[in-house]
Amino acid sequence: MTTTVYIPRDATALSLGADAVAQAIAAEARQRNLDIKIVRNGSRGMFWLEPLVEVSTASGRQAYGPVKAADVPGLFAAGFLDGAAHPLHLGATEEIPYLKSQERLTFVRVGVIDPVSLDDYLAHGGYAGLRRALTLEPAQIVQEVTDSGLRGRGGAAFPTGIKWKTVLDQPPQQKYVTCNADEGDSGTFADRMLMEGDPFMLIEGMTIAGIAVGATRGYIYLRAEYPHAHRALNEAIAAAYQAGYLGPDVLGSGKRFDLEVRLGAGAYICGEETSMLESLEGRRGEVRVRPPLPAIKGLFGQPTIVNNVISLASVPVILEKGAQFYRDYGMGKSRGTIPLQLAGNIKRGGVVERAFGLTLRELLYDYGGGSASGRPLRAVQVGGPLGAYIPESQFDTPLDYEALAGIGALLGHGGVVAFDDTVDMARMARYAMEFCAIESCGKCTPCRIGSTRGVELMDRVIANIDRERNLQLVEELCETMLHGSLCGLGGMTPYPVQSALKHFPEDFRKTVQ
Amino acid sequence: MREAVDLAIAQHKDQPGPLLQVLHAVQAQLGYVPPAAVPVIADALNLSRAEVHGVVTFYHFFRQSPPGRHIVQICQAEACRAMHCETLTEHARKRLSIDFHQTTADGAFTLEPVYCLGNCACSPAMMVDGDLYGRVTPEDFDAMVAAKSAKQ
Repeated sequence: MTTTVYIPRDATALSLGADAVAQAIAAEARQRNLDIKIVRNGSRGMFWLEPLVEVSTASGRQAYGPVKAADVPGLFAAGFLDGAAHPLHLGATEEIPYLKSQERLTFVRVGVIDPVSLDDYLAHGGYAGLRRALTLEPAQIVQEVTDSGLRGRGGAAFPTGIKWKTVLDQPPQQKYVTCNADEGDSGTFADRMLMEGDPFMLIEGMTIAGIAVGATRGYIYLRAEYPHAHRALNEAIAAAYQAGYLGPDVLGSGKRFDLEVRLGAGAYICGEETSMLESLEGRRGEVRVRPPLPAIKGLFGQPTIVNNVISLASVPVILEKGAQFYRDYGMGKSRGTIPLQLAGNIKRGGVVERAFGLTLRELLYDYGGGSASGRPLRAVQVGGPLGAYIPESQFDTPLDYEALAGIGALLGHGGVVAFDDTVDMARMARYAMEFCAIESCGKCTPCRIGSTRGVELMDRVIANIDRERNLQLVEELCETMLHGSLCGLGGMTPYPVQSALKHFPEDFRKTVQ
Repeated sequence: MREAVDLAIAQHKDQPGPLLQVLHAVQAQLGYVPPAAVPVIADALNLSRAEVHGVVTFYHFFRQSPPGRHIVQICQAEACRAMHCETLTEHARKRLSIDFHQTTADGAFTLEPVYCLGNCACSPAMMVDGDLYGRVTPEDFDAMVAAKSAKQ
């Protein structure tokens, strides 16, 4: 009998040696004349356990990890193919508390299936959403998404259904669906994991979006730093074309939807929707002045949906199970689930998909287990490089859009970067300005010049040169950038700087060594 | 050079908004976008040289000079800073005796900063020739250098 062994092809698992483990397992099985089938799945998102090897047994999937190539002979000797005991044995995968307590709607298949097998996707409920969408009128599909309460998971949290309705309401013409997969925020990897672990779900979501608004062409704008996701997406798109899920006649409906991946080229600003459109058109990724909105004049001047990976990947389940099902998760105006990403100095980093409302403290300690270094956590940055730094005194804030806005922070794309007490917040404030200077598109002055001046000011503050006066200038500069920038890069770089100044003032007044 | 550029143009010029695709194809073949390719691409796509040059220089990913045989990118973003990537970066600079955006004298390694590789739960992260590394220590870095050097 063939035993199925799962070894992730996820980039993080690969970075920790998953390929070597896969080779060792294949070689050992050959040597022992054992019949095994290796599936390269996505990651379950428990990265301290990667490479996490799973074996399909009579009592469900059994997990072993973190596995090194050198552990492989011992695993075979112990009988891991039958789920036997071994120091690395973690029990049934689904029973691991980190995973068991999650509410996975978007990540339901990530780590479970072979990401590039259409058969596997279908066997696990894939394409049920598209099938239902094809029985509805376009306006009904859009209504379903609106009623679900889904808000843009890229960070801006704009209601997805409203955006779709604007595109639908434009007269018939060439329209586009674009997926913003330029996941540049440090501390975020949910888009990457989804594209590597369940690319068909994104393809299905985009196809539904196309059918809903009458767009016949879609583009996934993927960052060049994600070569593994690029391969997975291309394999899945080819399979979807082959089976008639993409192309001139989607599932025999007579409706066309074509999809391709376009690569970015290492520009953080292209995660801003109008600069992404410029880049897709083959130009410098400079921000456009709005209006007109992309939904009215977007890619090549045509009505265009611009949605984040997770937003689009949330659509299939909404169509399959209905708006109410999705809406029942969450709190207040934040409906559904969000994949939170635990990163930085954290013991158990990974992805935690839960309904909105989990507190930072629960996430950092119950899931994350505190810092990786064992030292006290001092600050977390939520929402990427433009997100505020949050001190320990605010760790009881629930992770929903409004609650974070209430403390002057933002949820963004759901990334949470933890820092222990060795962090120097003045240096992190300087870095925020430096990053803005490196990544500014240059179109507006507050961002282009302000960020460079910000670095210079922070250098003087750190070196204790006329410190109080320069701190005053930093504050004034932040106000100028906040109110005078064209987009969120210059407009939000002040958030980490000002929050660091507010919550960690002592770091800005250290004695110079 | 001309052959690679012509091929890249032929493959992509009929797509909408093809410039980035063409540049990616050229760099995939040659390792960089030679300045001499700019007028050729501009002419083929009916763009000005300034437009093509503007795009090449806007994006951090595109290089205008040939890189070393191995491209080492070390993440400098927040999650990696939380795990002291500055220490790793300093070690890499010393070990290779070069700064960011430079290539070792023997043409073996080019060192580049990168802002997030999406490996933020296993920081500090590094990418070498498209392969991702996690929880990289200075010792891991030296082992990587030794392994790559041995292969040549």
